[in-house]
Amino acid sequence: MTRERVRKIQSLVALSMSTLAAVFGLFWLVFILGDVLAHGMKALNLSLFTMDPAPPGVDGGGLRNAFVGQMMITVFATILGVPIGVLGGTFLAEYGRGTRLAMVISILSDIMVSVPSIVVGIFVYAILVRPFGHFNGWAGAVALSIIMIPVVLRTTEDMLSLVPWTLREAAFALGAPYYKVIIQVVYRGAATGILTGILLSIARVSGETAPLLFTSFNNSFFSTNMNEPISSLTVTIFQYAMGPYDDWHAQAWAASFMMTVFILILTITGRAVLKWRYRR
Amino acid sequence: MKKILSTLIGMAMAIGAMGSAFAGDMINGAGATFPYPLYSAWAFAYEKETGIKLNYQSIGSGGGVRQVASRTVDFGASDDALKPEDIEKDKLLQWPQVIGGEVLAINIPGIKSEEMILDGETVGKIYLGVIKKWNDPAIKALNPNLNLSDQDITVVHRSDGSGTTAVFTHYLDEASPEWKSKVGSGKSVNWPVGIGAKGNEGVANYVKRLKNSIGYVEFVYAKQNHLAYTLLKNPAGNIVKPSLESFAEAGASGDYNPSKHFYTWITNTKGANAWPITAATNILVAKEKVDGNKRVVKFFDWTFSSASDAKAKELVYAPLSEALKKKVREYWKANGLY
Amino acid sequence: MPRLSKRNPIDIAFSSITAIASISVILFIAGIFYVLITRSSLSIQRFGIIKFLISTDWDPVRESFGAATAIFGTVVTTTLSLMIAIPVAIGIAIFVTEVAPNFLKGPIGMAIELLAAIPSIIYGMWGLFTISPIMGNYIEPALQNSIGKLPLVGMLFQGTPMGIDLLTASIILSIMIIPFTASISRDSFNLTPAVVKESAYALGATKWEVVKDVVIPYSKLGVFGGIILSLGRALGETMAVAFVLGNNHRITTSLFDAAATITVTLANEFTEADTDIYLSSLFNLALVLFILSFITLAAAKLILLKSEKRHSR
Repeated sequence: MTRERVRKIQSLVALSMSTLAAVFGLFWLVFILGDVLAHGMKALNLSLFTMDPAPPGVDGGGLRNAFVGQMMITVFATILGVPIGVLGGTFLAEYGRGTRLAMVISILSDIMVSVPSIVVGIFVYAILVRPFGHFNGWAGAVALSIIMIPVVLRTTEDMLSLVPWTLREAAFALGAPYYKVIIQVVYRGAATGILTGILLSIARVSGETAPLLFTSFNNSFFSTNMNEPISSLTVTIFQYAMGPYDDWHAQAWAASFMMTVFILILTITGRAVLKWRYRR
Repeated sequence: MKKILSTLIGMAMAIGAMGSAFAGDMINGAGATFPYPLYSAWAFAYEKETGIKLNYQSIGSGGGVRQVASRTVDFGASDDALKPEDIEKDKLLQWPQVIGGEVLAINIPGIKSEEMILDGETVGKIYLGVIKKWNDPAIKALNPNLNLSDQDITVVHRSDGSGTTAVFTHYLDEASPEWKSKVGSGKSVNWPVGIGAKGNEGVANYVKRLKNSIGYVEFVYAKQNHLAYTLLKNPAGNIVKPSLESFAEAGASGDYNPSKHFYTWITNTKGANAWPITAATNILVAKEKVDGNKRVVKFFDWTFSSASDAKAKELVYAPLSEALKKKVREYWKANGLY
Repeated sequence: MPRLSKRNPIDIAFSSITAIASISVILFIAGIFYVLITRSSLSIQRFGIIKFLISTDWDPVRESFGAATAIFGTVVTTTLSLMIAIPVAIGIAIFVTEVAPNFLKGPIGMAIELLAAIPSIIYGMWGLFTISPIMGNYIEPALQNSIGKLPLVGMLFQGTPMGIDLLTASIILSIMIIPFTASISRDSFNLTPAVVKESAYALGATKWEVVKDVVIPYSKLGVFGGIILSLGRALGETMAVAFVLGNNHRITTSLFDAAATITVTLANEFTEADTDIYLSSLFNLALVLFILSFITLAAAKLILLKSEKRHSR
């Protein structure tokens, strides 16, 4: 066996291992999604969306309150988080570009993107639940928005930075003040990227459970009152999956299925749009 | 684009505001998982009758006490009755609501429900990890006719602050001196062995999935999930079944003293056919929230009716005796809530 | 750079608004530190900082608390999951950058990112209902009967295999964090200048040798940063682990034992801590976790920044 042969075989083996690794990774993806699909479709029926939960041990009922609650919390989190995130990213990419402050904030934001979400939940409990005397939906929305803001901020900063400086110079040359340049030129140029970033951040917080455990808590009834505890899909899935009732398990799977589909659609759309828009 | 955005925001705020308008229709409670199926069933019926939503979250008795003491819920529920001095310290009020029993649920292939017999000392040894296998001589001695395997026992206990645990460990304290000296009792203890689950629901879930496991749960959880459970030998030396009668017999011997805020234990009671792991589960409210408490009391007074009693019996919770209900009503009156 | 005149009042207003928005991040971090430190003060006073960290007590009855058991669980699950995830992730990155045909690169890259997008509670549910029975009934007994019989290593596989233990939790966690290392490694690998790779090929190197001796050394920093990022993420994972860990506060030598991590302890016990010292100790745990993650994530970010700087020279 010549030395060259040996090296060729080593190469083949090593690269086959890496192919195996990729197959391994894909296998898990297919396994998880397939499982969620299989179990979820089985339990999917109309009453899941039109009825509220039945008492434990009683079969039937649905998760209407959880779907609505999750939607409300997410919508309010988005209303709170997106403007702050976009404006913050604007500062980092425009007015603050190159400054020490902007660099520090950018680094801190990246850290906050991956911070344990349960710590955020505990923080919001201390400032928005204890003082008010009860769990409430607003606290849940705020907790999610705290997770959202760094994500939106960083993607906005990145997208705005991709807009060529020359574009801004052209606008300045025409005598436009900076804010007009930002709003009418830069935002327009980065619009797709920013919107996609927002979409991806919504996908991210839609699946969060830990921050809601101590803030919006849970509610077995239908409610649209954000001043009181409100049901959410994620917390309900947690409760139902940890419980013993088979009926609960089935509903938890169906809810997981819906949530996974929603998040995957958002994620795939977002990433596909980004790839298409920013293709080299 | 701007118009769409503002309309969406407007709609969202409107829904949120509309929701706030119904604030008076919700009562928030949290606490013991012990009575959760019953409170939930009651709340379901109450909402149909009155439109008022009683949102009860089962987070464990520890949670119930903590949340009501922090004034983050309208009422808390705890099987582990608070001592009078703790009630005074946190400025709360407490009363018993219904009586239930805990069983040892088991998942042993081939052994059906009510076939195995255990007693306090043996259960204590299992939970201490001293008895490790199902065919241990101590278990064999109590069950000479059962075919016991050489399998390891998987012990399941609570991971959260639980009144069910407090009652169970209190039972073990009284029945097993070894337990008392090594571990002690409380809502949350330093478990020597086993895996922890959240809530009665979690324990039932784990016992259901894991072969050769044992876990303590409130009776209805074993029933609703078709878990096999054991018979127990009580202090009188008799082998008893968990049932309305055995729970009620244990419940009758409680010292329900309103001036001590009904603080009492009813484990290992003297009755001939009393179930040894029984507890009265309590409701706690913050003393100063008079208006809120009145609404809470209105609900629980509604549950003292015969229709609600029937529901309780259906889930094998023993309703309070008429005499005790009267005492509770007087307690409410004395505190300006009724 | 933009040293532009901001005399326009609207510009001043807008720049102030955006500045304030961005400072919110600093406010949140400061706020979290403040809240955690003040609420842990009772526990810190009673137990002392060091003693709390090394105490293996977690006894609500005797009101004695220590972080050691929770830290142990966190460290074990994180380390084990990294050990499983890193080789796989780097293998995936190699595949996507070097082995895969061009038309596959996009879809496979997207598929791996989808793994990251799946919410952790779905991982938890799937872990409890699907993986845990498989582990408990097949894989763990098999491990116990094979490796479990060996002298030293066998200690790791003692005890009753239930599927609800450190091993299962670590496996679920590892699947979750593969995407982070994989995508950052892939990006780092792609930054290797084609010129350098081509020179290696010109010298007769095999593909694997190019990867091993050119690409990986070149992207070392980036890959390392990706690993630390995965570590940071794994530290803070709650739901994926909460279902299958078993929640028993203890330090153990067997992977088949239930344990507790900081995050799962917080999730299970926070709303239920009934004494002030208990709640304060939980805040203390949260503080430990926050500091740990913060340091890890900061380190990751700084390493990645350094790697970026090196590449843009």
